[in-house]
Amino acid sequence: MNYFEAKNLVFDYVKSDENGLVTTNRALDGLNFVIEKGKFTAIIGQNGSGKSTLAKNMNALLVPTEGTMLVDGMDTCDAENTWKVRQRVAMVFQNPDNQIVSAIVEDDVAFGPETLGIDPDEIRVRVDEALMGVEMIDYKKKAPHLLSGGQKQRIAIAGAVAMQPECIVFDEPTAMLDPKGRQEVLKVIGQLNAKGITTVLITHFMEEAALADKIIVLDGGRIQMEGTPVEVFRRADELKALSLGVPPAVELGLELKERGIDAPDDIMTIDEMVDYLCQ
Amino acid sequence: MIRDITLGQYYPGNSWVHKLDPRLKIIATLLYIVALFVVHDFIGFAIAFLALAVVIAISRVPLKFILKGLKPVFIIIVFTLMVNLFMVKGDILVQFWIFHITRQGLRMAAFMGIRLVLLIIGSSVLTLTTRPIGLTDGIEALLSPFKKIGVPAHELAMMMTIALRFIPTLLEETDKIIKAQQARGADFESGNILRRAKALIPILVPLFISAFRIAQDLAMAMEARCYGSGIKRTRMNAMKFAKRDLVGGILLVAFLAIIVLERVLI
Repeated sequence: MNYFEAKNLVFDYVKSDENGLVTTNRALDGLNFVIEKGKFTAIIGQNGSGKSTLAKNMNALLVPTEGTMLVDGMDTCDAENTWKVRQRVAMVFQNPDNQIVSAIVEDDVAFGPETLGIDPDEIRVRVDEALMGVEMIDYKKKAPHLLSGGQKQRIAIAGAVAMQPECIVFDEPTAMLDPKGRQEVLKVIGQLNAKGITTVLITHFMEEAALADKIIVLDGGRIQMEGTPVEVFRRADELKALSLGVPPAVELGLELKERGIDAPDDIMTIDEMVDYLCQ
Repeated sequence: MIRDITLGQYYPGNSWVHKLDPRLKIIATLLYIVALFVVHDFIGFAIAFLALAVVIAISRVPLKFILKGLKPVFIIIVFTLMVNLFMVKGDILVQFWIFHITRQGLRMAAFMGIRLVLLIIGSSVLTLTTRPIGLTDGIEALLSPFKKIGVPAHELAMMMTIALRFIPTLLEETDKIIKAQQARGADFESGNILRRAKALIPILVPLFISAFRIAQDLAMAMEARCYGSGIKRTRMNAMKFAKRDLVGGILLVAFLAIIVLERVLI
């Protein structure tokens, strides 16, 4: 079943300066794609490729200039659908500091359910479950500014989970974290997807994209490639032409092949590569 | 370190006073301040003092913290004392040069001094025993009846909550900007006041810009979490009036009754 469906999606940023001069900047240029329910999709592309704009189009923070974006069959251009869409599609942003609203961890996680008008007892249950899910329950009374980046980002994820969305869009959630924080956040993302939440991960780390069921490669507001990680990373030369790389394990596999060792192309992670090499 | 600052002057504790409903505590503080102006003799002040001393004893906040609240207003207290001491006319006790101290002046000065000290200590007990978040929630709840006449109670409380949340973030940001400017050779430590004030401009401008950027990010994150949808908000920790609040309320009424009776009868 299709959860997201973009039909000829165009998005323009319109800016007018003090002289009234209007400039339009086309960020998304006629995208057509579908994302299936329950799947883990990664969107990759270099800076300015339109990834974040696409993310914001997925939960009606931005609406298409032309074309349509359907979320669970609802058109985001229709103002009546705005809140229904945002209730179903939660979002986690890049900067862990700038998305936490309250000065106490559990109050922040409760913020979403509170705005949805959920019953207080039910909120309590959801907040505790969400914090347990991200392994932050011990910090529920703490102040967010005393936590590490990875911990803050997990709080932000708990805040999204507590709204019980069908889908979570992660807009470069690991870009500002250290390697340890990244691992923690990725683990949580994987667990959420395993629970059946449709996951969209926007990233520029190729080894993160390798974990997905499907990769969409954006460049200049257009889709350049689409497919499973194996299919996409096989086209390493084209990726490099777009200033994107391939995960280290894939890179190693390709080099091995060049030297006549026939490594299988479905090796995506370092662990898989280690397993293969140690056979 | 700039990260370790405490917000407001909350003194963490688990006492009966700490656990009281913030709404009750705010009302009690306001009424206590009113009571201080109802009182007009030393017996009344003794009662008010005793009541406050009991509350402080129960709250187990160290005296040191409570007296700290007086420090910033010390000059104001001294000034008030002086004005009352020398300016009030009446039966002259002591006289030198153009100054004269009257019996009434002495009495007035003592009253004003005690009143101010009790007022400040009384209100700092509120802030010492209530979390900043509790205070904002209490203010929101107390203002909500006025929503009908257009008081944006929820919005005000949300603004206070966000301000509290972002004080440490902005402090960190300031710290970063200061270091960045110092690395570029900025000098914040030498020169006269005017020079130093001017040196702050390269800190303030980037700080403002980054505050706006943060505000934009936060607004986006709040909208993504359905803020502004018009659905009636609920609260996870809805404030409930517990038995202890009833006891507190009764004690408050009793205190006010004693103060009023004392004023009327004596």
